[in-house]
Amino acid sequence: MSTIDLTVNGRSHTVDVDPATPLLYVLRNDLGLQGPKFGCGLGQCGACKVIISGAAVPSCLVPVSSVRSEITTLEGLAANGRLHPLQQAWIDEQVPQCGFCQNGQIMTAKALLDKTPHPTDAQIRNAMNGTLCRCMSYYRVQSAIKRAAKQGVA
Amino acid sequence: MSARGGIPKEIERALRLHRRDFLKSAGMLAVSVSACAAGWATDAGAQGAAAVQGSGPYPNPDFRQIDAWIVIHENNTATFSVGKTDPGQGTGTGFRQLMSDELDIAFDKTTCIMGRTDTTVDQVGSGGSTAMERDSWPMRRVAAEARRVLLDMGAARLGVPVEQLTVHDAVISVAADPSKRVTYGELIGGRKFNVSLTGANVSSVTGLAKTKTVPELKYTGQPLQRDDIPAKVDGTLTWAVDVKLPGMVHARNVKPPFACATLAGIDESSVKGLPGFIKVMSKGNYVAVVCEREEQAIRAARQLKTTWNKPATAPFPSSEGLFDYMRTAPVAAPSGPGDAETRNAAPPTTPAGNPDDVFAGAAKRIEAEYQIPFQGHTAFGGAHATADPSNGQMTVYSNDMKSYGMRRGVATFLGMPQEQVRVIWMHGPQGFGRTAAEDAACEAAWIAREIGRPVRMQWMRDEETAWDTKSPAFLVNMRGALDANGRLIAYDYKARSCDYNHLGYNEPDTVLIAQLMGTRRARPAGGSASVPSDMYVIPNRKMTGEVVGLPAIWETPLRTGNLRDPNGPQATFAAESFIDEAAAAARVDPLEFRIRMITAGSTDDAGFRRARSLAVLKAAAEAYGWDARPSPKAVGKGDLLTGRGVAYAFRGQTIVAQIAEVEVNRKTGHVRARRLVCAHDCGLVVNPESLHHAIECGTLHGLSRAIHEEVRFDTEKVTSVDWMTHPTLRHADVPERIDIVLVNGDPNPKRPDLPPYGAGEASLKPMLAAIGNAIFDATGVRIRRVPFRDDRVLGALRAAGL
Repeated sequence: MSTIDLTVNGRSHTVDVDPATPLLYVLRNDLGLQGPKFGCGLGQCGACKVIISGAAVPSCLVPVSSVRSEITTLEGLAANGRLHPLQQAWIDEQVPQCGFCQNGQIMTAKALLDKTPHPTDAQIRNAMNGTLCRCMSYYRVQSAIKRAAKQGVA
Repeated sequence: MSARGGIPKEIERALRLHRRDFLKSAGMLAVSVSACAAGWATDAGAQGAAAVQGSGPYPNPDFRQIDAWIVIHENNTATFSVGKTDPGQGTGTGFRQLMSDELDIAFDKTTCIMGRTDTTVDQVGSGGSTAMERDSWPMRRVAAEARRVLLDMGAARLGVPVEQLTVHDAVISVAADPSKRVTYGELIGGRKFNVSLTGANVSSVTGLAKTKTVPELKYTGQPLQRDDIPAKVDGTLTWAVDVKLPGMVHARNVKPPFACATLAGIDESSVKGLPGFIKVMSKGNYVAVVCEREEQAIRAARQLKTTWNKPATAPFPSSEGLFDYMRTAPVAAPSGPGDAETRNAAPPTTPAGNPDDVFAGAAKRIEAEYQIPFQGHTAFGGAHATADPSNGQMTVYSNDMKSYGMRRGVATFLGMPQEQVRVIWMHGPQGFGRTAAEDAACEAAWIAREIGRPVRMQWMRDEETAWDTKSPAFLVNMRGALDANGRLIAYDYKARSCDYNHLGYNEPDTVLIAQLMGTRRARPAGGSASVPSDMYVIPNRKMTGEVVGLPAIWETPLRTGNLRDPNGPQATFAAESFIDEAAAAARVDPLEFRIRMITAGSTDDAGFRRARSLAVLKAAAEAYGWDARPSPKAVGKGDLLTGRGVAYAFRGQTIVAQIAEVEVNRKTGHVRARRLVCAHDCGLVVNPESLHHAIECGTLHGLSRAIHEEVRFDTEKVTSVDWMTHPTLRHADVPERIDIVLVNGDPNPKRPDLPPYGAGEASLKPMLAAIGNAIFDATGVRIRRVPFRDDRVLGALRAAGL
């Protein structure tokens, strides 16, 4: 075990864990965050994604001790009591069914729109292709991204 | 924290906070916590303080009391409690719409609690698309009865007869003098109805009041937003995976490395020094490790050294040899039209005439064999449950869609009285039948009781993909005969399903931990080989099914169970591909061919399935812009060949037609759906938005099963273990356009008693065939085995000289 400092959603935390622990378990079990989920532990599905340095990364594969930058989770997207426009677009388009994958869908979309505020359909499909959904809410995920992009998220 | 053994306060809070319907519309985060908290406090009071304090035991709520279903609060809001679960298709919101209508209360003044065995009545849970069709009726009748009782109370309070009262948004007023009024909350808020209902069982429970007619329903039929979505997108929902209890430890399984393996030894020294290690748990061939932290348990499970003996004979053929095996395997059980959830798919037209005689003299004969492999649930998250053994009771937090069955299963497995077990349903990944043949709860509960601490169990990805329950493989042989006019005059459907020892729901003797511990049921479940559903008039028709089993049926990862419309997609792939083949042989447009066979009949059933089948097929054709011509079309010149296909089926009384337009890459074999049209008639539409969503997702699930999904295995283990080896539909696979047409094909579409039918599964049913038929239209090549993966399609194109 060793002491590790993390900044998550603008707040500083110190945790005492094995430095090899995947970030996912620290976020979920030590910091009580419920956005990122365990889906595969292999970086194949996207359920556990968080944003670090502008990129949506699978927190199931990232050793906690390797993180040097601020981490943003699904819980950190809303600001001043208002949902992030992507989250609002998700409600407007009624995107989720079970919703278990939606953390990954939203965080991947956030990273996409931050870099490419007005993506083409092909760019959306390409950027989102590694983020799986077994209820098959894909069509609505894509619609919600387009809606948010139209409203100018970035 | 609450008293030990109770549901911790923060989980109670979380269960309550995600039902934030009081805060609808803008600014979802501006939660009116006080309103929610007040609502919950009265909830808890009415539903039994024991549940919240959690000491147990947990007797069944009395379904014959209005109080078990409806609580009116002093602030004139209502909490509904129903014995269903909503794995994400919007049924919970739909129940609120129907009950709000019957009770005459504003929708946004209501909440709905689902699937808690200690506080909600036992309506089984979800499954079989029964939410609206069957289980919304007792809810409606109880809400109507509550309204009647409140009107009686209002009449007494206001001193006028009931006939002179009106009720609107939970306010009763005198029709002639609206200033004279009283609210539901003033009449009964915070107190009990103490009104008994009648009925032999929960499905037939009723009061004296009549339910409303369709024109009287106000919220029903409106596209209201689902109440579970906001907390699913802002990260505030507490899911079953999020449960944390004081003293809780983490468990992970160590699965046998191959089927039917016998545990020869465990070298505990391989993990003893690991940080957080608590214990290796083992009985028979079941092995798990327990650690303080989650990542420690994962590491210990991977690191634990175990030795296993292989079975003397191979437990199953490889996936490549499956259909050869199934063709000659001995019959394990004859099969009727299917299990309880598929039986209603049997058409009223079977059997008829004598196909065998007709084949001999037919103008044209067609024979074909169709193959559908095992397909997995592969839920997005692994099986999981948290079990709390405090106070000699057992509380299980789970996303099991049938929480009441899980309660019975866990209690029986542990040998505990049912009253000492309760299951708290919480959201989780999918449902579709997997979270009913659920595995993690018995594992967590057994370990929790053995070590005396709350245990959180979760399956890893490879476990879930390899060892979850599978949709049975089907091998279907079909024969047909056409007369000189191109009419299908004989039809013989013969299915073999590999489904012996089909797992039921929450069975304590077939759940995987019980199998691994050595339990064997004397008579394994027979399984089923369902027949297709259609309204075709075929004068000579025979449809039969039989079940075969794999050589090993216990302690194997090839366990069959129900997957979303069990058997429907398999039977329909064969039958609706075959009808397409018959249409092609007759050189008739495939849609026209189907319509001719339906219009050839004149009798209909009580639900008008014949009339509605025609309406649905015509609606799909119109929405697509169907050009009538025989399939296939002339093969195009470029690399991308395009075509369209249609298929249709019904599940129960719900009729669905799918039209798919695909492109087939002749160089790579890749099949991509460009456009999908689904026409769907499920009677009364409770919420068109949720319905649209359910149909859309079911359609795409069908597309995924058509082009991607197959469980692969060698002769000792399943080799599909992750998203690379059991691929699923991805963003790039989604068609540019999906049109969903909600049809009301009832001969009297405005009839006041139009009932709702099921909608959770039907759209998936014809999709495999629709895609196969579209590939045939594009290429002239009939592929009779799913999934239509690139290599298989390319091989078929090459074999046909394309």
